[in-house]
Parts: sequence; structure tokens; C-alpha cells
Amino acid sequence: MKLEVNGEVRSFDVQPDTPLLWVLRDVLHMTGTKFGCGMALCGACTVHVDGQPVRSCITQVSTVAGKKITTIEAAGSDEIGKRVQAAWLELGVPQCGYCQSGQIMSAVALLKQNPRPQDADIDQAMSGNICRCGTYPRIRAAIKRAAEGSR
Amino acid sequence: MNEFEVIKVSRRAFLGLMGAAGLVLAVGCARRPSAAAEPKYGADSMPHGWVDNPLAFVAIAPDGTVTIVCHRGEMGQGVRTSLPMVLADELEADWQRVRVRQAPGDEERYGNQDTDGSRSMRHFFAPMRRCGAAARGMLEQAAAASWGVPIGEVEAINHEVLHRPTRRRIGYGELAEAASHLPVPARDTLRLKVPAQFRYIGKGEVKLVDGPDIVSGRAQYGIDAHLDGMLYAVIARPPVYGGTVSAYDASAALKVPGVLRVLEIPGTPPPSEFQPLGGIAVIAQNTWAAIQGRQALKITWQDGPNRSYDSAAYKAALEQAARAPGEVVRDQGDVAAAMARAARRVEAEYYIPHMAQAPMEPLCATARIVDGRCEVWTATQAPQVTRERVAKRLGLPVGSVTVNVTLLGGGFGRRSKPDYVVEAALLSQAMKGAPVKVTWTRDDDVQHSYYHTVSVERLEAGLDAAGKPVAWLHRSAAPSIRSIFGADPGHEAPFERGMGLANVPFVIPNLRVENPEARAYTRIGWYRSVSNIPHAFAIQSFVAELAAAAGRDPKDYLLELIGPPRLIDPRTLADSWNYTESPIVYPFDTGRLRRVIETAAKEAAWGRKLPTGQGLGIAAHYSFVTYTAAVVQVSVSAKGEIAIPRIDIAVDCGPQVNPERVRSQIEGACVMGAGNALLSEISFKDGRVEQSNFHDYQVARMNVAPRDIRVHLVASDFDVPLGGVGEPGVPPIAPALCNAIFAATGKRIRRLPIRDQLAAEVSAAR
Repeated sequence: MKLEVNGEVRSFDVQPDTPLLWVLRDVLHMTGTKFGCGMALCGACTVHVDGQPVRSCITQVSTVAGKKITTIEAAGSDEIGKRVQAAWLELGVPQCGYCQSGQIMSAVALLKQNPRPQDADIDQAMSGNICRCGTYPRIRAAIKRAAEGSR
Repeated sequence: MNEFEVIKVSRRAFLGLMGAAGLVLAVGCARRPSAAAEPKYGADSMPHGWVDNPLAFVAIAPDGTVTIVCHRGEMGQGVRTSLPMVLADELEADWQRVRVRQAPGDEERYGNQDTDGSRSMRHFFAPMRRCGAAARGMLEQAAAASWGVPIGEVEAINHEVLHRPTRRRIGYGELAEAASHLPVPARDTLRLKVPAQFRYIGKGEVKLVDGPDIVSGRAQYGIDAHLDGMLYAVIARPPVYGGTVSAYDASAALKVPGVLRVLEIPGTPPPSEFQPLGGIAVIAQNTWAAIQGRQALKITWQDGPNRSYDSAAYKAALEQAARAPGEVVRDQGDVAAAMARAARRVEAEYYIPHMAQAPMEPLCATARIVDGRCEVWTATQAPQVTRERVAKRLGLPVGSVTVNVTLLGGGFGRRSKPDYVVEAALLSQAMKGAPVKVTWTRDDDVQHSYYHTVSVERLEAGLDAAGKPVAWLHRSAAPSIRSIFGADPGHEAPFERGMGLANVPFVIPNLRVENPEARAYTRIGWYRSVSNIPHAFAIQSFVAELAAAAGRDPKDYLLELIGPPRLIDPRTLADSWNYTESPIVYPFDTGRLRRVIETAAKEAAWGRKLPTGQGLGIAAHYSFVTYTAAVVQVSVSAKGEIAIPRIDIAVDCGPQVNPERVRSQIEGACVMGAGNALLSEISFKDGRVEQSNFHDYQVARMNVAPRDIRVHLVASDFDVPLGGVGEPGVPPIAPALCNAIFAATGKRIRRLPIRDQLAAEVSAAR
């Protein structure tokens, strides 16, 4: 099977129903994408498939063949991703940091679709991503900071 | 250890060879002599105490790179930034040239590594300062010697040593080798900075050392460990605590592509301490195959004595227990007589369920065994405890086990118990030493935690004609964490009673605290702020209930109950524990408790007019030798939906070493406290946990989290002893929220989680 991940075509041999998450983590050893729940309940595994945020833990790898997959490892390869990462660091968002790959991928997807998100938009886009450390207020502030950076 | 060995070790250290496997040293960690009978407090009271030997914690390479060891686990509190920052400050190191290295489990070398109890900074601020000051002194001596000038003429400034009269300078890298030949200066000769000289301490300007790795996906957690030839395992564990496998059929599992082997892990009957629960392990070529294989297993369980544990029935049993006298924890005056004379009596019962820590990184450990040595990679709060348990279970000397500590994807107390690491070691042993990674799925985590206790707190008060309490009776019934370590004592331990139950600081002449029996039927464990959660919820809710009964403002009433500013010896409050700290150094200071209440109230503009459906609630609590008070603003819609637009929380934790991280910890505690109160509950039926993942074990998400959290840190000099930070923010949140709901709606919440209790109320009223 072949997959285009972060602009690179990767070949491997797995069962076609294997979730993309486990292909990334166990086969390609790209561990930035995190396992959190396995049921699309926490958002830790969020990646982009053709620019759309997707929970990789429930996405069978066979369904994304031929599509462009972007993971946290390449989040900084475009302007919005860079701004989000910078805002995250400036505002000291991470605590344990484990969920932040998914948070950032969700935030980048939001800002690509909506460059000036309001609180309700942020709630809508980000409430699928759980942070047990409780960094939500700073995530919200960092999304707004990253949005300002585009002005 | 003789002088020669000290020099040898010191040279290695300064050449950057520190920490090579097998290097053992015990230099510089001699404790102050103390009589055997003298009680030990603080870091002295912890296993392996503290170490302030710079040779264990700092190395300087010839290029000037300073490597500082962090021996406590990073789980979001910022310890990998803050502790090395303390050492770097005293060392006069340039933070840009500092690297942080994570210590493996080795308490002989580093001192206590249990990252819990909100005490990493509290116990290691002083030792880390001394490490930095000692290394700075050695560099200054080496420079003075190389110039042939008196030591008094040189001074270390920003990564180099300056000879003041001639303005000559030498960099730390150039001095490192010469310094490594010098003895470590004696503790009592160290010249520590005065706070005005601090470069980093107290400033909050240093960025997180792991920040860039975290935002780019490079950060390595336990679950990210990878070894060549690694096998992947998941385990089907007994659904009931103490259950065992009576039969299993692995034939279908073995047909799943990628599954290599299925084998049984023996459990440990209760009390199972930190040992695995046992069960059937599926070993595969990747995690997904192992998960699929596990689903195909057919297992018949023998459920054992806890098979009838039922949360609804247990709640009723705890209520019964709390309605009868129990073991006396504290007794002053004559409560019965005062109650009988009271003009008015108020009583209430509060229920707080089990909860699971559910850190975002599911539990995971990787182990391999080569030539009689076991090495593990894992996210743990207790590296030395892990090392000892793995060694014992494998029958190896402790020195033959290496525990490499990764970043922790959250801990909250769950990662203080290394059952999951022992599992990995046992499976590696079964696979002839091959590297095995055991991953817990979220279902495993939710169903096999060491749960926060469950409790019924019953309070009764007698009020005089003016509404002032003349009698106070509190009965707390909750299974104890001690039940995992030995025969269930059936009562809360001194450390649990010391978490806000015994040590209420109220000026009430007749006051009695009892602890009726409560037995454990599951594994009970630490959960961020532990027994402070139920005790603070009940006491701070009840104070507001009494204020309402008396027709008084709850903030004023709370302050009156606390009484005038005074220092109370915690032992006089029946608290012999005091978070392991000295009752003399850390008395209960009601002045500080009053001040956080007044600060939170002032900052929140307590008493301000709010629209219909909104209200303010206040609560205060002393925990982990820190004082907190929160004012929660709540908004309750016509449908009973709850929102928290704002929290003002005042914190007096003494001096703040890294105020920026203190703020982030307190913000997080407000979110977790709100999640605990609003949503989180683990319940049992037929001995089994009824929840399995984040759809039914709910935690705070962005849309329900407090929107605007304002942290107000009470300024403090560095001569005040440090308080804890990680946990004390949690306890006041639930009661302040429920007090706010009462202010907004007149509805009193006495059972957590709140979930749809207000919505149910609204629909019942229709």
C-alpha cells in the first residue's frame, strides 16, 4: 500500500482496515500523532486529509490511499501552521503537551477555513479535542493570537 | 568514599560523562545528623530524601554547554524547566546554553523522585540552589587558581568568571576540567544568591524547554518508545478487581493477522498494591493487531469477592454509615450538648463519586531484558518505585533494572502506580527478553484505574439565635488508599484525614469529626488533590448553606468562621501529617487563608449585580501547605444548562519560583475542578466499571470549561517556605461552583457530578 504523508510517498504492507493512526505510529514510526481513545472522542490523533481535519484512529488506511495526509510533523510547513506553533509557544499553552499535536492540527484546520474565528467557532472546532491538563483558555487565546498574525 | 574517588567522579562529571550506566556515587549526600527519635519532615521524610551534590546534577562540557539533570517527572507542571532553572540561576549560567537531561530512576543518586504531593519544587528548591552555588564556587576557585589571584577578587557572571581588578574573563567551558579536580565545597560554606540577584527565579520569563518539541510532534512520551524488534502487547484484564481467568480460548485471536502469541499473566490477589491485575496478553507485530487479537479472545472470568460491588448500593451503605457515630478523629467541647441547646440545626449530606485520572497519554511501558538486566522506557511519576517493583517481580537486584523516564502525557496520580510497567517486564521475560511494549487502550485505563475514593460527607451544625454555629459535626465515610497496600483498615489514613477533614480551622467551640467505617471494593488511588476534593466540597458547601440559613453573606460568614489571623499548630487540629511538613515551619496560618478569600472576593467584585440566572459562589481551602480561594461566576440557562463565564482564584503558595507555570497549573486545576464537578463519574455494577471511554466517562472540554480564568498570586518573599502548586487549585472549585449555582438558582447541589441535575429540575417544574 502507498500513502502520501507530508509530501512524501511511503510504501508498506498492512491490513487495509488498519487505522491510519497505527500505520503512522507503528509502521512509519511517526509518533507525533497521538493515540488517546481509539473512538474519535478525544482528538489527540487529528491529522489533515486533503486539508480536512480527520481523526486518524478511526480512519481505515485504505480509505485515504491517494489522498494527501499532513501530520503534526509537517504542521510548520505552511504560514498558518507556523503562526499557530509560534502562538502556542508565546502563550505557553502546553502543559504535559500530549494532546497538543491534535489541538494544533484542529486549530490549523479551523484557521484555514475561518481566518477570524469567534468564540463560538472556536468552541465548535475545538471541543472534540480533550486536554486533561486544562489548557483550554490558553488554546483559545493562542488561536486568536495566530489569527491576528494574519492581518 | 575517599577523596580520590570524589575527584575521579567529579572529573567525569565535568567532562560530561556523568550518568554513564553503572556509575554509582554517594558523595555529598550525607544528611545532617539527627537523633533517631527526632521526627523528619519535608524532603527528609521522603524515601532517599534529597541530594544536593552538583556532581549528580550538573555537567559542563568544554564548549561551555551546561547539562542539568531533572530527576522529577515532567507531566505538565513544568518541572523540567523550573528545577533546572533554579540550578542554572545559582550557577550564573546562561539559560541559552543549558540543556536538560532526564534522570533515570535512581534515588540513591538523586534523592526522592516520587513526582506527587505537589512537592517537587517545595523539596528541591533549596538542594538545587545549593548544587548551582557549589558548582559556581568550584568554577570561581578554578579561575582564581589559573590567574593566581585571591578568590575574593573573582566573580561568576553569566557563564564566565570575571577577575574584577583586571576585567579578565574565562568561560565556564574552559574552566570545566580544572574545576573538576576541585573538591565539592562543604554545604555550610556555600554563598547563595540573595533574591535580588536572581536571574530566572521568580521571573517567569524562561520558556518551556520542551515547548518546541511539543508543538512539532517531536516530544517523546512513553508511548513513543521504539526499539528494534519490538513486540506490541495489549492485555485483557479481569473486569472485577481480584478476579482471575478460569478458562480462555485463544484460537480465534491467533488467527488475526499479526498476532504472534497469547499468554496468561498471573495477577496478584487484593490487596494488589502496584502489581498487575493479571489477565490474558496478546502479543503482536503492531498495536492494532494486538487490539484486534484481544477482541477475538474468549475468556471466562472468575469474578471473586468484589463481584457484587454496586455504586448505587454502596452510596446507600455510606449514607447509613455516616448517619451513625464513627471513629473519632477530633473532638473539642461537647457537641451533643451544644447541639441540643442550639436554636436551630442544619444538616446535609454530600456525595462525591469515584473518578479516573484518565491522563491523555494512555498507560504504556516498554521493557527488554538482556544478559540479566532489564531496561524499561516509560512515563512514570515514580521511577524508583517502578524500578524496585520490576526488580522484585523479575527476581533481579534493583541495580540490574534501569528505568528510563520519558515525558509523561499527564499523570494526576495514576502514574504513581507502576502496575503497567511490571506488565511489560513480565511479558518481556515471557518472550525471552525481547522488547515488548504494553499499551493500555482508553477502555483499559477507564476500567482499571486506581480510582479516586467515593465518599459520603455528612455535616450537622447547631446555630445560635444569631445564626452563628455553636456545634459542628462532620462524618466522612470513604474507602482509603491504604486498602491497596494491606488489610483494609476501613478508615481514612492520617494523610487522608489531614486533607481538610480533621484540620478545619473554624472557631467553633464544640466541634467533632468522625470517620465511620468504609471498605474498598476496587483499587483506590491518588487523584490530583486526593481527599481534599470531597472534604472541601462538603465543608465549603455546608458553610454556604449555614450562611443561607443565617441570612448572611457567605463570604463574610466564612471569614467569621475562620476567625482572626493566627498561627495554628496543625497537631492541635488533630492533623499529625501536615503534608509531611514541619508543624513549626508550616503552621496553619488563618491570616493567609483570610487573605486569599479577601483577594478573590475583591478581584471578582464580590457582591456585584448579575443578570437573572447568574450567580457568584466562593470557597476556600488549605491544601499541600498552600492557601487558595475561588470565586466562580456561573450562568444557568432556562433549560438548566450551566456555563462558567469566569473564575477568580487567589493563591498563596509562598514564593513563586516560576510564576508563569504556577499560573498555568492553577488555570488547569480550575478546568479539572470544573470537570470533576460537572461531569466526571465512575460507577460500578456487578463489580464492573460501567464507563469505558470519553463518551461515558466525561471530562471537561473547551465548550464547558471556565471561559475566563483569572489567577491572583499573593506576592511573597523568598524567606517564606514554599507551598505546593500542582494540586491546591482543584479543591475550592467544585464547592465554589455549587455555591454559585445556589446563588443563581436557589438550588443546592449535594451530589456530584452536577451533570443534568438542574435540567432535570427545570423539566420537573414544567
